Amino acid sequence: MQSSAKTGASIGLKFSVLAGLLFLHLPVLLIFLYAFTTEEKSYQFPPPGLTFKWLAVTWGRQDVWEALGLSLKVASIAAIIGVLLGALCAAAISRSRFFGREVISLLVILPIALPGIVTGIALRSAFSLAEIPFSFWTIILGHATFCVVVVYNNAIARFRRTHGSLIEASMDLGANSFQTLRYVILPNIATALVAGGMLAFALSFDEVIVTTFTSGQQTTLPIWMLEELVRPRQRPVTNVVAMVVVLVTFLPILGAYYLIREDESDRNTR
Amino acid sequence: MLALPVLWLGVVYVGSLLALLVQSFFSIDEFTGVIQYEFTLKTYLELLRPSNLDIIIRTVTMATVVTVAAVVIAFPIAYYATRYARGKWKAFFYIAVMMPLWSSYLVKVYAWKLILAKEGIINWIFIKMHLTSVLEFLLAVPVIGGNSLSVSYIGTCLVFLYVWLPFMILPIQAALERVPSNVIEASYDLGATPRQTFFRVIFPLAMPGVIAGSIFTFSLTLGDYIIPQIVGSSRLFLGQAVYLHQGTAGNIPLAAAFSVVPIFIMGCYLWLAKRAGAFDAI
Repeated sequence: MQSSAKTGASIGLKFSVLAGLLFLHLPVLLIFLYAFTTEEKSYQFPPPGLTFKWLAVTWGRQDVWEALGLSLKVASIAAIIGVLLGALCAAAISRSRFFGREVISLLVILPIALPGIVTGIALRSAFSLAEIPFSFWTIILGHATFCVVVVYNNAIARFRRTHGSLIEASMDLGANSFQTLRYVILPNIATALVAGGMLAFALSFDEVIVTTFTSGQQTTLPIWMLEELVRPRQRPVTNVVAMVVVLVTFLPILGAYYLIREDESDRNTR
Repeated sequence: MLALPVLWLGVVYVGSLLALLVQSFFSIDEFTGVIQYEFTLKTYLELLRPSNLDIIIRTVTMATVVTVAAVVIAFPIAYYATRYARGKWKAFFYIAVMMPLWSSYLVKVYAWKLILAKEGIINWIFIKMHLTSVLEFLLAVPVIGGNSLSVSYIGTCLVFLYVWLPFMILPIQAALERVPSNVIEASYDLGATPRQTFFRVIFPLAMPGVIAGSIFTFSLTLGDYIIPQIVGSSRLFLGQAVYLHQGTAGNIPLAAAFSVVPIFIMGCYLWLAKRAGAFDAI
């Protein structure tokens, strides 16, 4: 590929790449502009003026704080469950070949391959059949299901990179299973798990489709935003909340990237 | 070791799915609105009513258009990132795709509400370029047009495309990275032009990636009920129909039958994709 890379890309290719990237990034950047607009009643562009007023107004909003608090709590717990179950699953799948292995790897893919609404309505009808009332834990139940998948994907990439001989060596040198886990396996996969956990956190913090079916009357931040999207009542506050959501999800994503970039480059050169 | 995750996914997830499937074989009494817990295919027959069939056709058409458009936009980016980007640029491309993939879904939809609004940036650009007549012409096209971009299928399609695009880029890139360079060199050595090399060698080898990406774009479009609700006409999509029937209408059997449609379509799709070897590219 190196030889052909020297000839360089054609103008047409460069142009379509640039256009594609702009299409991917400009819309979200626009949010940052609108968070400071003085216009309250419409989405006027360009904004007639800029102000910091709405940051202060949003800061004083109790409902926004409550929604943010609930979302942070849900995302943390769902991510932790995701890390535990995802890691176990990846370890079992990558270490051994057994009957039903294919079925389980399909089972893990299923929650992301099927539309979110199916997951949502399935959970809801199961709750109503089992007469489980909506609570904090019903939200967690839904979120943890796709968090497992995210962590699993990250962990399995790392397990593929870690050589089985490392574990055999540890065992040969007299370590018991617990010591091998503690001193050999965990250090090897830790960053992948943390990265998976961060991505799961970002995903859960942002999830709305499954949440609408499992939250009952509780309002997470995405649910709050959805209500505003359907019936805009306080556009300036929504603009600021949207900006905050971008910033809150930005950091874990970037952090996750730095932790797993070797897996990715490895996957890419394979 | 496996017991816990399998229990979670197996019992919570598959259990719920089965509970849902079972309900689609029940029916609702049209007069009393009470669910009758007896096996019947009546609810499935209701799907074939013209109005319901329209919803299914509309959604599948939209999913197809979005998927094809996503391939067209995603392929150059993935191709450039694989073949020309090196070192720092490679990392740049990776982050440039990952950031929009993971950033907030609702914020992305919200951004498009700002963009497509009548007083928003797109209209402003068209006015500044003195091209308002072009926009009006587009919006006057039957079916896909509407009063403004934010209530037309063009708008819905743009938002779907925007939100799912990263899901198409990554698998295509993964597939392209796996095309061995000596295969491309062999193609050149044997006298193929760059165009022939692309269409006869590179593209077919990238096909599993395209299929993997299309699984995401297709499935996500089939199940989404928020985007068409916020940007689009009042005509329903599959996800909205499920949402309405399980919610205000209280017709769980019909909602269940509706949600079997995407499961069925995705089931066929996944089966075909597996045969094409697309799973290695996810």
